[in-house]
Amino acid sequence: MHAFLTGPMFYISIAVLVIGLLVRVVRYIRGLDWKLDRVAYRAHRKAGMKGAARSIFKWLVPFGTRSWRVQPVMTVVFFVFHIGVVAVPLFLLAHNMFLEEKLGFSFFTLPALAADILSWGVLAALLILVLRRIALPEVRILTTFHDYFILALTAAPFVTGLICRYDPANYDFWLLIHIAAGELLLILIPFTKLSHVVTFFLSRAQIGMDFGIKRGGMKGKGMAW
Amino acid sequence: MPEGTLCNKQPVDTEEQLKALLADKGGQIYYEEMKHLDVDVEMLRQTLGKSLKSRLRTWLSMCARCGMCADSCFFYRINDRDPKQVPAYKIQSTLGEIVRKNGNVDNAFMHMAMETAWAKCTCCNRCAMYCPHGIDVGVMISYLRGLLYQQGFVPWEMKVGAGMHRVYRAQMDVTPEDFVDTFEWMVEEYEEDYPGLNVPVDKDDADILYTVNAREVKHYPEDLAEAAILFNIAGENWTVPSKGWELTSLAMFAGDWEACRLQVESVYDAMDRLKPKRMVGTECGHAHRATVVEGPYWAGRPDGLPPVESIHYVEWVAEALRTGKLKIDPEKRIKEPVTIQDSCNYIRNHGLRDVTREIMSYIVEPGYFIDMAPNGEHNYCCGGGGGFNGIGLYRPQRNKALITKRDQIMHTGASLVIAPCHNCWDAIRDLEEEYQIGIRWSFLKPLLIDMVVVPEHMKPKE
Repeated sequence: MHAFLTGPMFYISIAVLVIGLLVRVVRYIRGLDWKLDRVAYRAHRKAGMKGAARSIFKWLVPFGTRSWRVQPVMTVVFFVFHIGVVAVPLFLLAHNMFLEEKLGFSFFTLPALAADILSWGVLAALLILVLRRIALPEVRILTTFHDYFILALTAAPFVTGLICRYDPANYDFWLLIHIAAGELLLILIPFTKLSHVVTFFLSRAQIGMDFGIKRGGMKGKGMAW
Repeated sequence: MPEGTLCNKQPVDTEEQLKALLADKGGQIYYEEMKHLDVDVEMLRQTLGKSLKSRLRTWLSMCARCGMCADSCFFYRINDRDPKQVPAYKIQSTLGEIVRKNGNVDNAFMHMAMETAWAKCTCCNRCAMYCPHGIDVGVMISYLRGLLYQQGFVPWEMKVGAGMHRVYRAQMDVTPEDFVDTFEWMVEEYEEDYPGLNVPVDKDDADILYTVNAREVKHYPEDLAEAAILFNIAGENWTVPSKGWELTSLAMFAGDWEACRLQVESVYDAMDRLKPKRMVGTECGHAHRATVVEGPYWAGRPDGLPPVESIHYVEWVAEALRTGKLKIDPEKRIKEPVTIQDSCNYIRNHGLRDVTREIMSYIVEPGYFIDMAPNGEHNYCCGGGGGFNGIGLYRPQRNKALITKRDQIMHTGASLVIAPCHNCWDAIRDLEEEYQIGIRWSFLKPLLIDMVVVPEHMKPKE
């Protein structure tokens, strides 16, 4: 089982993730329509690129936009969650050793303490995101099963990963579950709202071009995100 | 009964149809007929297939349902934080449902969607600035309006308005003759006070082609005279087109995209015919949005720009003050607490925030200008945008929506509100009527006339 999950299944997961996301990107861009969207993408590439870059950058910076500033609690939770959820899988020492062995390359490695803090941060943030969905009427009315499903899907590798990290008696069992949970997550990213790992950039770029080209970007100083 | 005689899926294309619709005061029969109007599911599906592409589809499906848009919406804030007023909910429960059900919706659903599209959103686009994914619910509500219009589920005044544009190429029954006659008559009225005042009609190669809002012709003709006076004082080489003078587009509020195209092409035709250097539009927000920002796309112009450079009245005023074409008598500057209403349609949606602030620096005595909070691109809608002011059916909701602006104005302590936008101007007039907070409100033109230095040759001889 271990051999299968770390062998063929690992390659399949990565392939599904990469190809799935590529298809998403290509389909999104091909579906853009200057007339329907009412944005002259081609005629004003420079203004468009500028608007897109500002729109992505401002939102990637904690408190970089007014929206982040007026909802500081959500902002802290959001960034703790997203920084951990991206950094831990990519930069954990154990993951990088595995990557080196399987794909022949590795990334920069996080100190163990930092990885611990980030991982616990992710779980704490996840808990708050769930409670927020239950407690706030304006979020509750929007919430569907899918929203809880992707939170659970994201939580699973972190919960199991942390269990492994504290070296439990049945380590091998938990490691298998951890790998399976991680691969399930990778496979489902392109098919769920988790695809926002790429569509976030596409959508932000698009609205940035909209404001950058049509809605004032060529008049004023650019949208005051 | 599938189709009513007044409420149906056919746009109003003739004067007779328009008169029949208008004869039904307030749309009593019209709304009665709407209760029985069928949904053409096949047509709805086809329209979705043709026009719902990656941008809108992605917005609908990627919404993280995080609720961060809630507080950005003035409807949500003013209606006791009703979760049904959260922008994401408003679009998911309407357009989202239509897409999920592939058009399989009924009459009751369409009534709910109509109320959501016209009484719970003014398409101010403020929520777009607060969504981490950059989802613009205002754009999607506007798209939804198009679907509803096509199916005949549209407020009576919107159907009338779109019909006016189809029949008269104006939002009211004002013909080219009415327009020219009224303009010339108003100029004559003021000629005694301003010798040499004139309105050049259909002049070729002018520096400025001036376009207006039909309401000015019909209800506020002084506005035309004031525009003429200021252009004359500034020494501008200007003209008005006898055809294609209407800048506005109620068709845009109605979601009648074909009428939008017809309307804006009439203005572009005037540009092509008279070859002006630039177009200046009157003090109207949605009209600028329609003709200058969105219009090029309706007309299929790949560069997204009108045939000639087109600017809002505030841009012309700022430029005239900056270059000294208009000089302000320092003694006559505004010396009372004053604030400015930022129109969504050209501040948030066309980046003109600094332009209006520049005007304030010339016409207000230092220390008297107070900005609203929030302001600029983050300002709230006046409460009556997107056609909301004009819809009788939703008047109670509109009056409640005015509270946001009322409170914003009261917090500034201003006694005068400058509103260079017809919709905002109306909403602020109505909020004073409704809530009596003791303010005055004004366009820029009358204020400028009172304080501008009139050159000797334009002063009346003793």
